[in-house]
Amino acid sequence: MFLQNLITKVTEQFSDSILDTTEFRGETVLHIKGECVLEVLEVLKSEGFHFLADLTAVDNLEMGGFERYSVVYHLLNHGNGERLVVKAYVPENNPNLPSVESLWKTADWQEREVYDLFGITFDGHPNLIRIMNPDDFKGHPLRKDYPRIGKGERKDFPIVERNIGTKIGRSES
Amino acid sequence: MTVDTMKQIETEKMVINFGPSHPATHGTLRIILELDGEKVLKATPEIGYLHSGFEKLGEHLDYNQYITITDRMNYLSPLCNNVAYALSAEKLMDIEVPKRAQYIRVLMCELSRIADHLLAVGMQAVDLGAMTVFLYGFRLREDIYDLFEMATGTRLTTSYTRVGGLMRDLPEGFDKAVLQLLPNVVNVVDDIETLLNKNRIWHQRTKGVGVITKEDAISYGISGPQARASGIDWDIREKEPYSRYDDFDFDVIIGLNGDVFDRYLVRMEEIRQSIKICYQTLDKMPEGEVNIDADSGYILPPMDEVYNSIEGLIYHFENIMPNRGMEPPIGEAYVPTESPNGELGFYIVSDGTRTPYRVRTRPPSLINYSIFSKIIEGHMIADVVAILGSLNIIAGELDR
Amino acid sequence: MDRREIKSNFLTTTVESAVNWARKNSLWPMPFGTACCGVELMAVLAARSDIARFGAEAIRFSPRQSDLLIVAGRITIKMMPVLQRIYQQMPEPKWVISMGACASSGGVFDTYSVIQGIDQFIPVDIYIPGCPPRPEGILDGLIKLQKLIEKEKFSDYSLPNSS
Ligand code: SF4
Repeated sequence: MFLQNLITKVTEQFSDSILDTTEFRGETVLHIKGECVLEVLEVLKSEGFHFLADLTAVDNLEMGGFERYSVVYHLLNHGNGERLVVKAYVPENNPNLPSVESLWKTADWQEREVYDLFGITFDGHPNLIRIMNPDDFKGHPLRKDYPRIGKGERKDFPIVERNIGTKIGRSES
Repeated sequence: MTVDTMKQIETEKMVINFGPSHPATHGTLRIILELDGEKVLKATPEIGYLHSGFEKLGEHLDYNQYITITDRMNYLSPLCNNVAYALSAEKLMDIEVPKRAQYIRVLMCELSRIADHLLAVGMQAVDLGAMTVFLYGFRLREDIYDLFEMATGTRLTTSYTRVGGLMRDLPEGFDKAVLQLLPNVVNVVDDIETLLNKNRIWHQRTKGVGVITKEDAISYGISGPQARASGIDWDIREKEPYSRYDDFDFDVIIGLNGDVFDRYLVRMEEIRQSIKICYQTLDKMPEGEVNIDADSGYILPPMDEVYNSIEGLIYHFENIMPNRGMEPPIGEAYVPTESPNGELGFYIVSDGTRTPYRVRTRPPSLINYSIFSKIIEGHMIADVVAILGSLNIIAGELDR
Repeated sequence: MDRREIKSNFLTTTVESAVNWARKNSLWPMPFGTACCGVELMAVLAARSDIARFGAEAIRFSPRQSDLLIVAGRITIKMMPVLQRIYQQMPEPKWVISMGACASSGGVFDTYSVIQGIDQFIPVDIYIPGCPPRPEGILDGLIKLQKLIEKEKFSDYSLPNSS
């Protein structure tokens, strides 16, 4: 009931930025436009969803969706144990949306992770740099068009030999 | 030295690099510390040294194959990962596994929790110089490994669950072996507590160190024993019960101060609660199958059918062939579970084919670690290892 | 001293085998445990398996004090430069054990960021199969390495470059 009321309220308040509401296996998903994510989440936070359990992204290249990428927020209400999923869609060209780091500190690292793996940028993030891959990594590996085995990064290292007193082959036993 | 003379000494800020190959970083964490003498002014954790593309791999393996990968995520308690993944996949496919399988999962999860907490406390103690605790804990861990080996065939990379049930039923005599082990656990926990609880050095190194306040814990998304030590009354086993945790009676352990000492106490007490749950699962263990019906199309038929009947054989191949396989509905599912480190859940998006479209792990280690740079500020450099140990960061899960 | 007394009080050997004997029985490992294999490596150090029986319990986390590098776990593209650096910091003579499927070949992780076998980039002496290898397997690998060391010849090593 709580969730129903809240969703109705949010849909009324942000009528032109809410794309859809779906339910699957008892999980309610709120689909919204990327640019208004900060306002919507701010309202949801003040209404009780005060815990950001998870922040991730999905590349909709093959599956289709409102836009190419969706950033997924899993919210939790400690008071009554309700969960809500918010999906914010961002377009393929210049995927960009506001950062929610000001609402939850936990978003700091997770947005960096999304940036690293999907190449989605977050406005207002204090330190948006790569987190998982090395700084000189090219591309964003969790995009669907990035090959699983990479583009040769894993082969690209100097070969180290023994440095002092080079060993010239072990004697056959 | 009086305060006046202190002022005249020009001190320079020193930057040191801690890790990634350092004994107290458990392998692969790296922290860049800015120091003023021994005081930490700023700590910048640098992660990703074990980023092995788990999530990318998940898009290329089918639902059952990925279970082997989940073992390698949090390798201190692989069974909890197996269960968490299977639960998400089952929610997606709308499968309800038999009661016996659910009870076995609970039993295995709780044994893993005991092993995980023991090692977490042991490693923390080693880092602070108390080797004995580690050795005691590990000896018991070996016994728990023996149990896992009995049930799953391996010590560490268990891959015990399947979508729709378990790899196999518990072997004969497993319950007796567990019953034999549990009193030992109590003894070891008592021993460790005797060694540490009133130990003056332990108190001085851990009390008031690395305090996480309740507000911070919520803002940083902290979960698990780390959050409960700060007074957050949230245990997913109790609040959002999965796999029939609501059939069992146990207490949620809450700390008061949120410091390293409280996190240690919460872990020790949780081991006791886990023992309680283990006894109850054995008591109430129902008889019956551990897998759902093979007709559902999600599970492999029994082996003797495969070997002895043509239908079984066809069925088996239908299930494992790359261009066939199970066909889950289109949709997405997320089941939060209480792993020894905090909320662990797999967010699976399915596009209706045999491989998931996207598998995301909600990694408790990553999220719990992000608070580190905040709580270390102003502490001594020696406290770095104390706090790291108490957060129990598992690199495999941190970086995935 | 009569002849018999001399015989029972002296042991003759070559410098080579004496040195090899000493080296093989006091390996000081530098554990480079990154992932799950690192946990099994810990198990070898702990009570039940007890690597001390083979003289390799003096774990040194400083590469400059050790002569055996045990690489246990996945090595990623971010970690490889660190591993190479650590290898280069170890003094000669040094040996490398590649423990587990991941270090030896990438294992189940055929992905963009996992090195498919560290032996492409640093020399490896012993491979231990398994995912993870059992503690017994690790001890077996250690014994195999000891046998290898036993047979080493001084002439295998060229003199350090004078340049
Ligand atoms: S070989 Fe297996 S156990 Fe070892 S690091 Fe790789 S995945 Fe983990």
